[in-house]
Amino acid sequence: MNPLLRRLRADLFATPADGALSLGLIALFSAAALGLVQWASQKAQWAVIQANSTLFAVGRYPEAQQWRLWLLTALLTAATGLSWGLLRSHPRADRDGQLWPRNDRLVLGLLAAVAVWLPWALRLAPALQSRWWLLAALLAATRWLAGRFGSHLSRPMLRLFPLVWPLLYLIGMVLISGGLGLMPVSPSQWGGLLLTLLSASFAILLCFPLGVLLALGRRSDLPLLRWTAVIYIEFIRGAPLITLLFLGQNILGFLLPGGLAPDRIWRAAWVLTFFAAAYLAEAVRSGLAAVPKGQAEAARSLGLSYPQTLLRVVLPQALRVALPAMVGQFISLLQDTTLLSLIGLLELLGVARTVMANPEFLGHNREVYLTLALLFWTCCAALGLGSRALEKRLDPQTLSRSATRP
Amino acid sequence: MPKPQPVLDPAGIPPWWRDRRVIPWLVQGVVALLLLVLIAFLLGNLVHNLTARGMLLSWRWLGEPAGFDISETLLPFDASLPYWRGLAAGLVNTFRAVLTGLIGATLLGTLAGMASFSRNGLLRGLTRAYVEIIRNIPLLLQLIFWYFVVFLSLPNGTAALQIPGLVLAKSGLYLAGFSQGMEWSLPQLINGVWQAPWRLSVEFAALLCGLIIYSGAFIAEVVRGGIASVPKGQWEAATSLGMDWFSTLRHVVLPQALRVIVPGLNTQYISLAKNSSLAVAVGFTDLYSVAETTLNQTGRALEVYLLLLGAYLALDLVISLVMNGLNRLVQIRER
Repeated sequence: MNPLLRRLRADLFATPADGALSLGLIALFSAAALGLVQWASQKAQWAVIQANSTLFAVGRYPEAQQWRLWLLTALLTAATGLSWGLLRSHPRADRDGQLWPRNDRLVLGLLAAVAVWLPWALRLAPALQSRWWLLAALLAATRWLAGRFGSHLSRPMLRLFPLVWPLLYLIGMVLISGGLGLMPVSPSQWGGLLLTLLSASFAILLCFPLGVLLALGRRSDLPLLRWTAVIYIEFIRGAPLITLLFLGQNILGFLLPGGLAPDRIWRAAWVLTFFAAAYLAEAVRSGLAAVPKGQAEAARSLGLSYPQTLLRVVLPQALRVALPAMVGQFISLLQDTTLLSLIGLLELLGVARTVMANPEFLGHNREVYLTLALLFWTCCAALGLGSRALEKRLDPQTLSRSATRP
Repeated sequence: MPKPQPVLDPAGIPPWWRDRRVIPWLVQGVVALLLLVLIAFLLGNLVHNLTARGMLLSWRWLGEPAGFDISETLLPFDASLPYWRGLAAGLVNTFRAVLTGLIGATLLGTLAGMASFSRNGLLRGLTRAYVEIIRNIPLLLQLIFWYFVVFLSLPNGTAALQIPGLVLAKSGLYLAGFSQGMEWSLPQLINGVWQAPWRLSVEFAALLCGLIIYSGAFIAEVVRGGIASVPKGQWEAATSLGMDWFSTLRHVVLPQALRVIVPGLNTQYISLAKNSSLAVAVGFTDLYSVAETTLNQTGRALEVYLLLLGAYLALDLVISLVMNGLNRLVQIRER
C-alpha cells in the first residue's frame, strides 16, 4: 500500500469510531471553510478597509508629513535586509552555509507577493502601490548585497552592526515625533498600527532591563532588595492591566508636580512598560533558577567580580533558558496594547471602533474585526516562530557544533 | 615606571568599602534612601495636589445615592441605593463571571488538552489549530467580536435560534431548567417575548464565550504539558492491561499529570480573574465598570482605585489559596 494512504489510515481511520469522527470533522471543516470563502469573496464588503487603510495604518498623522513614515519604513526594511544577509553570509553548522536556504527564498517570495497583492487589494493609489514594490525590492537587494559581500567585512564591523538597531530606533522616534528641524507631530495625532507598534516596541525595549533588575533583586540575599522587588512584582501582577492604565490616566497627574505628567499616550506607554517588567521579571527569575549555583561560584573563584559574573556567566545562560517565556510575555504585551482603546487612545482597535461608528460603514464590523484579528495573529505568530528559531540557534548543542567546526 | 597600587593595604586589611560585611549594608542603605526619597516625593505631591483640589482621602461619598442603574445584578440594586451597594453588586457580578468562566474554561481546556493526545490525527490538528489561533489574537478583540458580531446579530422573537432546551436571541440566552414549582420547563415565546427559568444577557454570554474560549486555549496547553510529563511506560502498561484510551487517561495518566497541571492552572485562573475586567468592553457591569462610572460621577480617583486594587488582590488571593490547597491534595504523599 502507498505509504501516504497507510499513514492516513492509521491517523484517521484506525477504528470505526475514529473513522466516523474524522468524517464528521472533515464535513464540518469543509462546510465552515466553504462558508467563510463564500462570505469573504461575495457578501463581505471590503470597502470599509479600502477606504480607511491610511487611518488603520497611521491614524490621523498629518498627510504632508507622512513621507517621514515612508522613510522610516524604508530604513527599517534596509536594516532588516542587511541583518538577514549578514546572518546568512557566515556559514554555520545548523545551516550548512547555504547563502539562500529554501526557507529564505520562501519568505522573500511570500513578502514580495504580499507587497504586490495587498496594496492592489486595498486599492491604493498607483504611486503608493509602487512604493510597496520598491520596499520589497529594497529588502531583496539589501539581503543579496549583505549575503554576497558580508563575508568580506572585518570582524569589528560585524560586531558593531547590531548597534544599527538602537540607532534606528532613536532616528525613528525623531522622524515620528519631529524636532531637529522637522515639523513636530503631537502624539495625539499618532494612531492605528503606528501607535500599536510604537507602544509595544517602547514597552518591550524598556521593560527588559527593568525586568532583569527586578529578577536579580528578587533573588538577592539582601532582604531590602528582595522585599522591594517582591512587593513591586506581586502588586503589579495582582492587578488587571486596565486598572493600572486607569491609575496612569487618573492618578499619575496627582503623583507628580503640576505640569510634569507626560502626555496621555506616553503615560499609557510607561504603564505598559512597568506592567510588562513585572511579568518579565518572573520569566527571567525562572531562567536564573535554572543556572546551577556552581557556575556563579566557579566564576567568583576565578576572580571575576560580581558584575562580571552576572554579565558574562550567569545572565547569558539564564536568558537563554528564559527566552521562550520572555517572548511569550512580549507577545502578550503586543496583544495588551489593544487595551489602550479602552482609555480612549486610537491604536488599531480604537481606530476600528471610530471607523465603525461612522454611519457610512455601519454593519461592516465583521470585515474590520477579521482584518484586525488576521493582523494581530500574523504579528504574534511571527514573533513566536522567530523565538523558536532563535531558541534553536542558541541551543548549546548547535553552538558547540558550530564552534568545533573550523 | 609606577608600581601598581596594591588592592590591600600593607596590613592585609581591605579598605572599609570593600569589606564583605559592609557592602550589603551599604547597598541596602543607598536603596532604602532612594526608595524613601521617591515615596516621599510621590506622597508629598499627592497630598499637595489633592489638598489643592479639596479632595483629600475620604470615604463618606460611599454612602451617597449612586444615581445610576445596573442592568443585571444578583444583589438588588437601583439608582437610589448608595455607591457601596453598587460596587458590591459589581463585585458579585465579577464573581459570577469568574466562577462560571473558571468552570467552563477548565472543562474546555481539559478536553482540548486530552484531545491533543488522541490517536485521531485530525482531532490533534484541530486542537493545535484552536490553541494557535486563539492564543495569538488579543482577548479584547475576541470579546468584542463575540459581542458585536455574534451575539448582537442574533435574531429576535420567532426567528431566534432554537436548539432543544436552549434559545439564542438578541434579547438574551434562554435555558431550560426547573421553574419555581420545581417542574421542568422549556423556553417559551409568550407575546413575542421569550420566557425561561434561566436567562443570560447577551453581554454576559459574550463575556463568558470570550473568556472560556481564550482561557481554554491556555489551559489546554497546561493540560497538554502535564500529560506529556507522564512517562510513556504508564500508557503502555495501562494499554497492555487492556484499558482503552479514555480509561487509561482517566484512571492512570491524568491523576499523575495533575501534579504538574495544578500549579499551572493557578496562574491561568488568576489571569482569567483579571481578564474578566475587560467586561467593560462588552457592556457587562462588573466591578471595574461600576468603578469607572463611580469615578466619572464622584471624581474620587484615589479611593476608587484603592477599592479596585483591594478587590482584585483579594480575588487573586482567594484563588491562590484554593489552588494551593488543591495542590497539596494532588501531590504525592511521602510516607
